[in-house]
Amino acid sequence: MAVESNVIDAAGPYDRAKALSAFKLGDVTFYWITRLSAISVLLILGGIIISLVVGAFPAIKEYGLSFLWTQRWAPSADPPVLGALGPMYGTLVTSFIAMLIAIPVGLGIAIFLTELCPQWLRRPIGMAVELLAGIPSIIYGMWGFFVLGPFLANTFQPFMIRVFDGVPVLGAIFAGPPSYLSLFNAALILAIMVLPFITSISVDVFKTVPPVLKEAAYGVGCTTWEVVRSVVIPYTRVGIIGGIMLALGRALGETMAVTFIIGNSFRISSSIFAPGTTISAAIASEFAESDGLHQSGLILLGLLLFVLTFFVLAAARLMLLRLEQKAGR
Amino acid sequence: MSEMSVSVSAPTVHPGSQPLPEAPAKVTARNLNFYYGEHHALKNINLALGTNRVTAFIGPSGCGKSTLLRIFNRMYDLYPGQRAEGQLLLDHTNILDPKLDLNLLRARVGMVFQKPTPFPMTIYENIAFGIRLYEKISKSEMDDRVEKALRGGALWNEVKDKLNASGLSLSGGQQQRLCIARTVAVRPEVILFDEPCSALDPISTAKVEELIQELSENYTIAIVTHNMQQAARVSDKTAFMYLGELIEFDDTSKIFTSPSDRRTQDYITGRFG
Repeated sequence: MAVESNVIDAAGPYDRAKALSAFKLGDVTFYWITRLSAISVLLILGGIIISLVVGAFPAIKEYGLSFLWTQRWAPSADPPVLGALGPMYGTLVTSFIAMLIAIPVGLGIAIFLTELCPQWLRRPIGMAVELLAGIPSIIYGMWGFFVLGPFLANTFQPFMIRVFDGVPVLGAIFAGPPSYLSLFNAALILAIMVLPFITSISVDVFKTVPPVLKEAAYGVGCTTWEVVRSVVIPYTRVGIIGGIMLALGRALGETMAVTFIIGNSFRISSSIFAPGTTISAAIASEFAESDGLHQSGLILLGLLLFVLTFFVLAAARLMLLRLEQKAGR
Repeated sequence: MSEMSVSVSAPTVHPGSQPLPEAPAKVTARNLNFYYGEHHALKNINLALGTNRVTAFIGPSGCGKSTLLRIFNRMYDLYPGQRAEGQLLLDHTNILDPKLDLNLLRARVGMVFQKPTPFPMTIYENIAFGIRLYEKISKSEMDDRVEKALRGGALWNEVKDKLNASGLSLSGGQQQRLCIARTVAVRPEVILFDEPCSALDPISTAKVEELIQELSENYTIAIVTHNMQQAARVSDKTAFMYLGELIEFDDTSKIFTSPSDRRTQDYITGRFG
């Protein structure tokens, strides 16, 4: 034993240094490759912002801040009148309704899958949810157009109008002539599209709850509902909100399906069953035929969506921080 | 509770078992068997936990002592494929009754785990949470109960100024005492300790052991431990388990001085396990 180690020591210093220097080049290369990959993200992001600002500049100069609160969108007028209020409203309302539906349903599916579901049913449901994420958005659009739209217009909306007839505020939200194309239709489709994000992320984070913590909660006599509400959800709060943010980001920016079914109307109506538009739908449907100031206005819309998404996500982060402070961490 | 419990008068059938406990039995197991799917994990367990006594369970890893503990509050029910057979009584209640209200059972049989498991909420809420499940009481009453429970967990003096801090901000030993306080707050009759000190430093361990001794005045206690000194220090009775069988169950002093079974002797002298 002692002899062997002596041999290694004697040969060691020189050979080892040589061997290590061969690795050094690899190390340096690896360092620079990863570093460049990371930097390229910043470059791409910066490039997109710059080109958006440059493209939008004529519109910014023409309309200034009034772009934000002008509802009229008349690109063929002379000079063109462009305002972003309609698309902004549509973007926020459809995303809001979509999240209102998708969050409880998505969390519900995740809770069922992790806490209640019998083993044999777990895989089929889990896979169905993941398949939902794999459906191309244009197919959601067609389905919304041909199936969901007629149902909403012919059955659901008349029902809601009957129920809420004469009720202030709510009556106005559901009023109006039936239309296949509506904000609500788009919101429903968005809800279905973002559902897999919320569910699969929630399932993943629910699985990180230590079994012993759940056992402890069952151990003081909690029911499954109490365990989920008081232990599982608070424990995984950060992850769940992360999933919801990802879903919200998707909902705000989703283009193809929404363009299909929202109706592309820049007028703001009090009814969620009326046609509307979103920022991305407006850009998608008009960009090909636009030029000059009109095109610049559309690019400005894109910039707005960028900023809007940024602020929504920032607000969510802030909310998360507050929550954590309140929980005393 | 003592007027409801019965003394065990018939000798248990296991060859290794010795004279009966002096205290009336709180939990009684008769021919208790347990299966993890096909695996027969506990074989014909017969024993009784004496009311307001501390019973220690020792034995090498995998001998089934934690498994036994998890039957006492039906924790195994959370997992499919695990089942218990035989008879297990809490006073006169059949613990294994499939129609038994598990939440109520777990209120009567509390459990403290190997690792501290504070809930993700404030120290105050950690205690109040369990109480609220069963009782609707005013804020001031709740304050009293929380204080009492934290005193019961020997933690009050350390946390009284930061009741609104997160339970997770405490040290490991404090967290474990918080979990004990939380268990006590629900006013159980039996408290199960599953290796409560294995994640704690010696000083915290001493505190928890002292606490267990104090609690035994009012509660029936079962403790699983790998630390034989600990078993000797805190328990009145000790059960030695090996490969799913209860080898020997007797007064702690007897087990550690003159065990009647070879295997017990070998284990406590460190010859295996």
